[in-house]
Amino acid sequence: MKFFRFLLLLLLAGSWCANAQYTLGGSVRTPQNIALDGAHIHIGALHSISAPDGSYEVRNIPGGEQRVVISYIGYKTLDTIIFFHNDVRLNAILKPESLKLEEVVVSERQKAAQSSIQQQRLTTETIEQYSSATLGDALQRLPGVYALRTGTSIVKPVINGLHSSRVPIISNNVRLEDQQWGVEHAPNLDINAAGRISVIKGANALQYGGDAVGGLVVAEPIKVLKDTLFGKSILTFNSNGRGSSLATSLHKGNETGWAYNVGGSLKYMGDREAPDYVISNTGNREANFAGDVRYSAEKYSLTGYYSFYNAAIGIAKASHTGSSADMARAINSGIPGVIEPFTYNIGNPRQEIQHHLAKLEYDRKLDDATLNVQYAFQFNRRKEFDLRRGNFRDVPALDLTLITHSAQINWVKYLGASVIKAGGSASLQDNTASPDTGIQPLIPNYNKTEAGAYTIFSHSFTDSFSAEAGLRYDFAQITASKYYQITRWQNLGYDGEFDNFIRGQQGTQYLTAPEFTYNNISAGIGARQLLGSNYELVANAGLAMRNPNPSELFSDGLHHSNGTIELGDLGLEREKALKLSAGIIKNGEAFAFEATPFVNIINNFIYLQPTGAETTIRGAFPVYNYRQTNAVLTGIDISSTWKPVQNLQYDFAFAWVNGNNTSDDLPLVDMPPVNFSNNIRYNWQWHNLFTELRSEAVLRQERFPNYNFFTDIPQNGELTPVLVDVSTPPAGYHLLHFQSGAQFAVGRSSMAVNLSVYNIFNTSYRDYLNRQRLYTDEPGRNIQLQIKFNY
Amino acid sequence: MKHFRIPVLAIAAFISLTSCNNDDEATFINEEEVITTVTATFTPTAGGNAIVLTSRDLDGDGPEAPVVTVSGDFSAGAAYTGSLTFLNETESPAESINAEIINEGDEHQIFFQQSGLGTFTYTDEDENGNPIGLAFTYQAAAAPTTGTLTITLRHEPNKNAQGVANGDITNAGGSTDASVSFTVNVTE
Repeated sequence: MKFFRFLLLLLLAGSWCANAQYTLGGSVRTPQNIALDGAHIHIGALHSISAPDGSYEVRNIPGGEQRVVISYIGYKTLDTIIFFHNDVRLNAILKPESLKLEEVVVSERQKAAQSSIQQQRLTTETIEQYSSATLGDALQRLPGVYALRTGTSIVKPVINGLHSSRVPIISNNVRLEDQQWGVEHAPNLDINAAGRISVIKGANALQYGGDAVGGLVVAEPIKVLKDTLFGKSILTFNSNGRGSSLATSLHKGNETGWAYNVGGSLKYMGDREAPDYVISNTGNREANFAGDVRYSAEKYSLTGYYSFYNAAIGIAKASHTGSSADMARAINSGIPGVIEPFTYNIGNPRQEIQHHLAKLEYDRKLDDATLNVQYAFQFNRRKEFDLRRGNFRDVPALDLTLITHSAQINWVKYLGASVIKAGGSASLQDNTASPDTGIQPLIPNYNKTEAGAYTIFSHSFTDSFSAEAGLRYDFAQITASKYYQITRWQNLGYDGEFDNFIRGQQGTQYLTAPEFTYNNISAGIGARQLLGSNYELVANAGLAMRNPNPSELFSDGLHHSNGTIELGDLGLEREKALKLSAGIIKNGEAFAFEATPFVNIINNFIYLQPTGAETTIRGAFPVYNYRQTNAVLTGIDISSTWKPVQNLQYDFAFAWVNGNNTSDDLPLVDMPPVNFSNNIRYNWQWHNLFTELRSEAVLRQERFPNYNFFTDIPQNGELTPVLVDVSTPPAGYHLLHFQSGAQFAVGRSSMAVNLSVYNIFNTSYRDYLNRQRLYTDEPGRNIQLQIKFNY
Repeated sequence: MKHFRIPVLAIAAFISLTSCNNDDEATFINEEEVITTVTATFTPTAGGNAIVLTSRDLDGDGPEAPVVTVSGDFSAGAAYTGSLTFLNETESPAESINAEIINEGDEHQIFFQQSGLGTFTYTDEDENGNPIGLAFTYQAAAAPTTGTLTITLRHEPNKNAQGVANGDITNAGGSTDASVSFTVNVTE
């Protein structure tokens, strides 16, 4: 009996050998030994994607000669033949592309030795993990990037304490024009459409503009060069919000000829739940699409791109207040004023937003140079619905249509150890505020014309020292048309000063046509020094100029969602910022470390300052005026990765920013509190299984200006002043998150299953930078199941 | 040559688009939703001149404060039939908001907050039998006194919350559409 068993085993082993299948494993790294996650490894029809630590594995490879292709956006593809007669380990080092067409957009970050610009990139794993959430949620994983929220689904990135107009978002080399001045206006960008997302802290990336006082977020779609076809689908289920999302994409690459990418995503979420109650009316929906078609020849390529973002977002009902008295009541009660049973329905207040972006791009390869020309069209429609009476119930309270045409040309020349970049851009913008709302629009009709030109010179003096200098000029002209109540016009002191803007009078209002012209210079210099093979020092200085945005110039009246009267100022000057930063970077597989202290000195910093109260028939409202001051922000971002043993990884990130209004010797409002995170991750060999525990700690913000005010509320029949505490930051908090996942081969495809638990202990907390913190807790525990197919 | 066609086309398209300058003048908006004027009229049931309380803010959310007038003093112990009107006087003729409040009666309620001035009783109701407050009676205090009367119009209050149907605003919630205060005297 035993003998037969042995024979059977032998036979099986024989057949195994005859159909021998091998495994290719290893890692994908840069010459600086930085792991590349999300790299594609192709062997015939088989393929795999590298893990965040750069490791990969392709199984079931037939024996014999096989072509192995390893590719990653922005890096030279490794294309080789391997003879498989047993399992093979291949540790691939991918070099940055230097003379490729695509490099025009992405050059500076790969040519680490030649650019002094420091940037942080989100891993593909992080982007995928936040597939059902937002860009802002994912970016918060980077040290020094915080999230400014309005509820759960409206999330804006805060870079080193600054946000909105000070942090332009570049989507596929086009500056997003999506009413980005508003704090409750999230970037109109689906995270699933981005293959690569990075953050540049500071204004040195002059090719994107000269006004990035805070920094830049750069999102790029996936670009596939090799002749491959692959796809990806991510299905996500969330317990909190009881909803799911589906993101799917298909990519066809080609070195020459036609190539395309298409992708879409759907999100459907109901009310979010705090540990103690449902946060009513916080559901959201999204239906997005992005795709491009590219034709490449040897010397040129032509790309057409289109993306569509379509979202409906509920705003917590409890945050709607009709007067300061309502606000005092809502704040002092400690729990939301409206708690209803869970529902998927989205009522008012809510936002409905559509953003179309179409782009035509031409890239040409010249002798030792590349040329890129592009034209982009953006159409943004934003409707904000409020709680209204009668026939206005279904009419938005704000309805803006923003159309932007932009064109740019970029030229890059390689001269031995030097790189020269030069280019120009021009744009035209038209904003129309629909009068059908029946409400004076917060933002008036305006036309804006902009033009700019830049040049950047970088030079490698030695193998270990390089420096970069750039200069940019920008012209802007804005012409608006707006009605002002005459009482308001006088109250703001415009009489006499801006008489030339008045075009007529109707009833109790002036028709005005304010016009402003700006000529701005921005500049950046930086240097990078390698110390030994693992250490680098990077220093940057950047000068940025930012023009006042329409909200800062023209706001005039009651901001319903805040319960405040916000008043712009036609007399505002442009902001000027000088940011100095120095980074020490240690690269290495076992231990990597990066610390970047910075100081940002801002002249004419524009901010909202409370200046008093005004009484209307609804009661009293605090009045906030846009004011200018001098401000200094200092801080440090630290991150490190340590692998004490193989398979075990520990990550630490820390950010601190100290913002001061130096003219008034006061702290700046809404500065992110000190925050740090600790992450422990263990990787198993078995199906790339990993488990991860992340701790996220946010301390209380102890530095804040006191903008509290009193409002009269009838108590026992008599009007009594009651404190409205809008300033005191909430307590600090600590959250624990868990994540685990594994990959499985399904035929020729691979599948990954991830299970995450956010806020494991269902902690109740409020965040200082959530505008709804006055009214409601943050959502509690969320269990997320994610299934991902790569094919 | 062929390769230059595209950028030239793009630039040409851009220039042609820039040259079409559309008319972007702002449209004059009369805010129809604004409540500029709250008038409370108290007619003595025993006959005589009505007492009228008015709060008028003609610039709406503008910087000017409402102008508050009280036409006379209440008589101690007297009974009054009361009515409220909410007007938008930025329109000509002035538009009454009352019809809207009655139509959406279940979503609106008026509250009278005072101490020691007497008793307010609702005399109207919405489709669910809950009070609205546009019509009411007022029984003035028996002894002379002076105090503040605050009249509040709430949008989307929770009329089923404790005390709300009896005129207690404490648990009403919702958002305030109008809130005006008058200093009134009850005299002999």
